[in-house]
Amino acid sequence: MTTFPLLTLLTFLPLVGALLILVTGQAASASSDRLVRRDRPERSHAHARALAMGFSLAALLLTLGLWHAFRSGSGAMQFQEQHAWIPSLNIQYRLGVDGLGLLMVLLSAIVVPIAIAASWRVKGRVPLYFSLVLLLQAGLFGTFTALNFFHWFLFWELSLIPAFFLIRLWGGAQRASAATQFFVYTMVGSVALLLAFLGLFLATGSFDFIDLAALAHNGQLLPAITQNLGWHGMAGDRVALILFFAALLGFAVKVPMMPFHTWLPAAYAEAPTGTTILLTGAMSKMGVYGFLRILLPIFSQQILWMRKPLLVLAVATIVFSPWAAFAQKDLKRIFAYSSVNHLGYCLLGIFAVAGSSGDSPMLLTQRAAALDGVILQMFNHGLTASVLFWFVALIEKRSNGLRGINDFGGLRKVAPVFCGLMGIALFSSLGLPGLNGFIGEFLILKGVFPLAPWATAISLFGLLVTAIVLLTVLQRVFSGPLNPRWSGFADLTLRETVVLAPAIALMFLLGLYPQVVLGVINGTALAVTAQLKF
Amino acid sequence: MNGMLHLWLIALFPLAGFAINGMIGRRMPRAAVSAIALLATFVPLALVTNIALHFSQLTLPYVEKFATPWIQTSAFHAEFAFSLDQLTLIMLGVVTGVGFLIHVYSVSYMADEDGYWRFFAYLNLFMFFMSVLVLAENFLLMFVGWEGVGLASYLLIGFYYTRKSAADAGKKAFIVNRIGDFGFLLAMFLLVAHFRSLSFASVFSQISSHPEWQGGFLTAIALFLVLGAAGKSAQIPLYVWLPDAMEGPTPVSALIHEATMVTAGIYMIVRVHMIFDRSPLALSVVAIIGAATALFAATIGVVQTDIKRVLAYSTVSQLGYMFLGCGVAAYSATIFHLVTHAFFKGLLFLAAGSVIHALGGEQDLRQMGGLRRATPITFWTMTAGVFAIAGFFPFAGFFSKDAILHEAFRSPNGGFLLWFIGIFTAFLTSFYMFRLWYLAFFGRSRAVAHTSSQAHAHAPHESSWVMLAPLVILALLSVVGGWMGWPEALRGSDWFGHFLAPALNNAAPSLNSAQGEGASGFILSQRVVVETSPHLERVLSGLAVLIAALGWFAADTFYRRSPELPIRLATAFSGPRSILVNKYWIDEIYHAVIVRPLLLTSRFVLGGAVEGAVVQGSGRAFSGAANGLGAVLRRIQSGNIRSYAGWLAFGAAAMLLLSYFGFGTGTVSNWGTHFKIW
Repeated sequence: MTTFPLLTLLTFLPLVGALLILVTGQAASASSDRLVRRDRPERSHAHARALAMGFSLAALLLTLGLWHAFRSGSGAMQFQEQHAWIPSLNIQYRLGVDGLGLLMVLLSAIVVPIAIAASWRVKGRVPLYFSLVLLLQAGLFGTFTALNFFHWFLFWELSLIPAFFLIRLWGGAQRASAATQFFVYTMVGSVALLLAFLGLFLATGSFDFIDLAALAHNGQLLPAITQNLGWHGMAGDRVALILFFAALLGFAVKVPMMPFHTWLPAAYAEAPTGTTILLTGAMSKMGVYGFLRILLPIFSQQILWMRKPLLVLAVATIVFSPWAAFAQKDLKRIFAYSSVNHLGYCLLGIFAVAGSSGDSPMLLTQRAAALDGVILQMFNHGLTASVLFWFVALIEKRSNGLRGINDFGGLRKVAPVFCGLMGIALFSSLGLPGLNGFIGEFLILKGVFPLAPWATAISLFGLLVTAIVLLTVLQRVFSGPLNPRWSGFADLTLRETVVLAPAIALMFLLGLYPQVVLGVINGTALAVTAQLKF
Repeated sequence: MNGMLHLWLIALFPLAGFAINGMIGRRMPRAAVSAIALLATFVPLALVTNIALHFSQLTLPYVEKFATPWIQTSAFHAEFAFSLDQLTLIMLGVVTGVGFLIHVYSVSYMADEDGYWRFFAYLNLFMFFMSVLVLAENFLLMFVGWEGVGLASYLLIGFYYTRKSAADAGKKAFIVNRIGDFGFLLAMFLLVAHFRSLSFASVFSQISSHPEWQGGFLTAIALFLVLGAAGKSAQIPLYVWLPDAMEGPTPVSALIHEATMVTAGIYMIVRVHMIFDRSPLALSVVAIIGAATALFAATIGVVQTDIKRVLAYSTVSQLGYMFLGCGVAAYSATIFHLVTHAFFKGLLFLAAGSVIHALGGEQDLRQMGGLRRATPITFWTMTAGVFAIAGFFPFAGFFSKDAILHEAFRSPNGGFLLWFIGIFTAFLTSFYMFRLWYLAFFGRSRAVAHTSSQAHAHAPHESSWVMLAPLVILALLSVVGGWMGWPEALRGSDWFGHFLAPALNNAAPSLNSAQGEGASGFILSQRVVVETSPHLERVLSGLAVLIAALGWFAADTFYRRSPELPIRLATAFSGPRSILVNKYWIDEIYHAVIVRPLLLTSRFVLGGAVEGAVVQGSGRAFSGAANGLGAVLRRIQSGNIRSYAGWLAFGAAAMLLLSYFGFGTGTVSNWGTHFKIW
């Protein structure tokens, strides 16, 4: 590949930023620690913030450039880079994005500046905080562009480490156990994933996603496993199923899918809100991305075998998570469970698509349409959830960290703009037509319905409960008599409004003209479905 | 003259009004706010009038769509498309006409309220979504309007958001409607699965080219749509939100919860009647729901004491009539009743608002009385409304209600029982409306001396002309509005029916020949079209007027001539009465059977057990395990080079042993080149 290595540049841009912040920031605070403890840190903080924001915006700009240069409508990998890396293990440095990867890169590039803005007033070791955020962004970019397991897995793990420290060092009162729990869960999933891919590697000699998918498509994967992984005389399909379960575990924890979600409420609630935005807005997409990029093409047959239980789990995720949110009092926990619900629709779409046999062209396009919905939903959820948690951060800033839904009341009177914009975000989240949330959920459910009618019908119950939960939030916080304690609650400042406005505008844009995104991802959805083999 | 009609402007103006008032209305003077809001509703009214004037020159159906599609994926596409036919025109007329009058009324009614800008912004938002709902050419766009009016309704019911009851009522309305949306969404999924399209034109042409499709999936689609319609149009079992919706300001109740939005479900059924025509079962369900709701709500209305709630239950009951009309495939009569109902119910509500205004916010009928002299114009306009809804000849309600009852009598899907329920409900309607009329306007004032509030210590006063003008216009329409459907049996020409007929072209025939499931086995269907002569129709009409007069007579006896009678009856029949006063405890039953279990499950099972035991327990277990592991690892990481070396040796030995004896065949040396080591 002779073209300019744009994707490598994009991945390393935040790394450079992280290092730069660390070096200059630590220098500034080291000198200040000895001398004047009060004045200097402020300046070094401003410096770190500005650098972080600058680098994240530069990455966003670069991503927009990629978006512009991307040939939409095509399902092929673009901006590919390929170099030999570890020839003895047949490992290549292989990067590229299709519509899915590009959209996820764009989402990460949007979410990180939001997270930085929401962390503006973070306290203690500020340079370290922002450099970790950028490190995490590098992990995201790497994960969404790598086409080789080895390389991909490095970045997948790379993103985990900063997330752990962000929770552990800047989190709330229970941060220690939340961070440990988060780390252990994700780590167990990662180890399982690693073992699964080592197994695949031993069977096929390849870590390359595209090669593996091609093998699965041609029906050569199972024979290879039978031949090379005859584990205690176990049949090849059994071994394949075990590998599938191991890989599934890794992704199911990350999304999360019930019952592997139990790390999430604590992690989301205890993390500083800026980090929660990263966790929900971008990192949860790594799991769904894994399902789409890796699990679905390579293990479609295994998903088909396990179709019923997987659908049950997806539906349970959709229905029970908002129901659990119902009992929560903490805004962050409510939105955390609601996040689980929204990603549940993605899982439903993926399982239903993989689990439908038959090869008629009609079914093919129908599956592709459902996958369009899944990919769109990933973006929509990332956007809406980030904005909702951003509002939580704004509330915390005004309330000194209080965020129980019963701590407020009647805020609408003193903060009408705040209420209006947060209301839009909430209605986007509950799927009001005209806003972004609706299109993704409609496309998924419409696409899934002919493939799994009962699962779809039961899932609609999740829509209802989500509406109840989110309207309750709106009511408790903003309606009723004004809680006298908050009579001085400041409305959104002009600066905050201006910063929020593009995100809100994007919700409308995607609700009214989803074609912007659908045009880019449709090729991928078709390519992925064409690759499925039953 | 089929140039561009620019239907989209009808929707655009209210949207612009909403955007302007919503964003900068707070900082604008009230006059500017109301000017913008009025302009944003007047222009659509003018556009609709213009279309109506040139309507005969149009070739129908007229469709207008945006150049770029809304959603375009490999298997599906939906467009921003508006269409216009007779049905749309009538609905647009009602929405923009009544909507404009209510905007005018609100200028004065809301003059002293906080959040004036917010009120008009929401009102314009409602007009926008309602126009979209009516104009939409496909199910999906209709659903946008459908949810949008729900949003506007939610915002307006909760307008007095500092009151908990108002915020609760808004939430309840939205959620109950979401249950209905469940049906609408499933219906759309089924439609896409079977027709590959959500466009009305495409779906209907496919249906009409397949006469063999009877019942089956069409029944399923129709029943899911009925669920949606029952939510929006407040039918059993989803009517419970409407009475609570009266927490909103009175003009809102008049516009959204009486005249326009609640008829969306009926409009939808009529719009997609081709689906219903293929499913006698679904039609029967609609008819039964309608009749049951009409009767049920009317009985509750008889004992209500809040003037707005009487009217709310009356609306539920009248919507029941419209459902009944749909159920017996009398679509034209149904739309006719929808129109006249918009006139007289809009009027009744605005008049009630005027009464409430006159009494400084009093809504309790028991505190009213004698307002006939204090508010003469309100009294006379209200009288027109009462006579119209009671069904006296020649007021508007007479013609439309009569048309529905007549069809219910003769339709194969109707029958004597449904007709009888309808006529008995008419008696109750007449009774409770005259009860309201007597309690509010006759006798002596029963107000508790207005001492509660100094501000309203002065005597009841007539409202301003800004409020009265819409009343007078609607009163006129309530008197003469029914004449457009003067039936041929009474030597009229039924202009309305003839006008609407082209839009309903395929209404009856398939029903009469329906041999599909449901039609033959259903208990209420007589399976024969009763051939009615004009003579019978005249007899039925006469009977209806007689029944209305009977209701008036009963109310007159109870509430004017012997006012002690109701009290005696109330004590004598305290049991049955308390059932009615408590509205059959439906809210309480729903709460006990649905809401509480959901809440408790959430709180104790999901909240307590899962969150408490599993989530936090596993968290503790995990961090405990991690700490234990950490302790072990600390021991390993002793910093002692010798111990590292020891571990290294141990590991290497273990690996070697495992690879030789544990797994079998391979050798370590050929890793990386051969993959077959086991």
